[in-house]
Amino acid sequence: MSALLEIGIVVAYMLAAMAVGVVAYRVTDRSAEDYYLAGRGLGTGVLLFTTFATLLSAFTFFGGPNIAYKFGPEWILVMGLMDGVLFGLLWYVLGYRQWLLGRAHGYLTLGEMLGDRFGSRTLRGLVAGVSILWLFPYVMLQQVGAGTALEALTDGVVPYWAGAGFITLFMIAYVVLSGMRGVAWTDTLQGVFMLTITWLAFAWVAIEISSSGPLAAALPTEYKALGGGVYSPQWLLSQAVGIAFGVTMFPQVNQRFFVGRSEKVLKRTFALWPVLVVLLFVPAFLLGSWAQGVGLALPEGGNILPVLLNEYTPGWFAALVVAGALAAMMSSSDSMLLSGSSYLTRDIYRPFVNADAGEARENLLGRAGVVVFALSTFAVSLFEPGTLVELGETAFGGFAQLALPVTVALYWRGTTKSGMLAGVAGSQAFYLWTVFGPSVYVDSLTVLGTTFVNVPILADAYWGWFASIVGMVLGLVLTVGVSAVTTPSTTENEAAYFDPLRAD
Amino acid sequence: MTSRAALGWGVVFAVLVALSIPWFLWRNATTVAGLPVWLWWHVAWMGVTAAAFALFARRDWGTFVEVGR
Repeated sequence: MSALLEIGIVVAYMLAAMAVGVVAYRVTDRSAEDYYLAGRGLGTGVLLFTTFATLLSAFTFFGGPNIAYKFGPEWILVMGLMDGVLFGLLWYVLGYRQWLLGRAHGYLTLGEMLGDRFGSRTLRGLVAGVSILWLFPYVMLQQVGAGTALEALTDGVVPYWAGAGFITLFMIAYVVLSGMRGVAWTDTLQGVFMLTITWLAFAWVAIEISSSGPLAAALPTEYKALGGGVYSPQWLLSQAVGIAFGVTMFPQVNQRFFVGRSEKVLKRTFALWPVLVVLLFVPAFLLGSWAQGVGLALPEGGNILPVLLNEYTPGWFAALVVAGALAAMMSSSDSMLLSGSSYLTRDIYRPFVNADAGEARENLLGRAGVVVFALSTFAVSLFEPGTLVELGETAFGGFAQLALPVTVALYWRGTTKSGMLAGVAGSQAFYLWTVFGPSVYVDSLTVLGTTFVNVPILADAYWGWFASIVGMVLGLVLTVGVSAVTTPSTTENEAAYFDPLRAD
Repeated sequence: MTSRAALGWGVVFAVLVALSIPWFLWRNATTVAGLPVWLWWHVAWMGVTAAAFALFARRDWGTFVEVGR
């Protein structure tokens, strides 16, 4: 009964999304700006939820509670620092500035914005290429997740390839049809649904647990104390900083910097980030930790939240949450498909393959990009090659490497094309090495009379700090250092970001 | 927009970041109403952050970011 219900809810979600897509298609004109950016016209609620849903929705239900179950609820603080404070500030510092520039110059993608300022097709292609390198496997993992979840839901009646294939086809149809407007609208529906259901689940479980003893007893003693276990200060900070900066460079989030309707929309969303963080993550992750305290077991390769809900709430409610999570995975993937396609067509196909593709072809091209991107990720998801899985799992760190060179370019007039190329390529090379290459240590190193032993040069951790953080610093140093010793090339337009720039 | 206000906001933002994780409660296991006290700090701190962001957006939006202001 519950499997049928879950499938019913998933199908209902798909039908609703399709209906929204049709409406969106009818109000979208045939320009790239309207297809990719909803004509730069999103309002506060839609922008807030679509940015949120595109990145962290499935994580709120599955990944996050699993971490809180295994290690303790401190992960809530990572989310607070990361999403509530740091991402909020970056939303302003990077997002508002990109929004102003996008409006002034008509930019649709990050690569376009940088390519124009530095007069460099190479930089544009490099940024798009690096982004797709990390995005592609990340989308693949979403498909793997959704296909596996459908398989589990139906007890194997729907095999992985059929489930993932069906979801892929659905997303293609839907994204090709509706573009950013439809994607953002369904994200909003889904976001409101998620918020409601999370609080219902929280209240339900809290009342059930309280009825048999004090609520505090549901938290393991170790989980009550801040820190301990994997939660070292370096670990917490590395996670929060790496993810916050990484998020800003994920194509589907970065592109959302361009889509706000007005300055007022940006101001409101800016102040609402911390509120949304508390409303979603505190209840969701506490549920994970309570599951540990009440002694539930996490099934191999499974998720803790459905287990907890099956214990304390009726089957239909648990089914609703699982279906909501599946919908969440889809709503993340559709945004990524759309943005991935825009990078592919605008920053790689047009500049390098067919520069003459006009606006008329753009319409077709963008949609073809979605089809190619989705079918390719689905095809490789059937084999789940280890290299791609590893890339997908380290994607946040990979994107984080882009953030500081971009920030420097946005704010320092002295940044040069060579500096940008060095900063982007250097930090990517370093980070990729730490993910795939062998670690390199130096036995002893003497700096200013102090001798350090076993010093990491290329490794995945540096005294508790992650390689992604070290890579970000390297990218910053390279961008600033190389810019300082090189002169701008004649193709650069140094004033592009520094003409009087403000909202009216 | 005076640079004094910009400096002030710089300090405010730095403090908001620095105390998002209540380091002074490290290894503290006190609970209030069934939840760790550091979790209540988180809830309150996000409220403070939202209020500070809203005030900034109303009063000094554009600081640091806009050119030719």
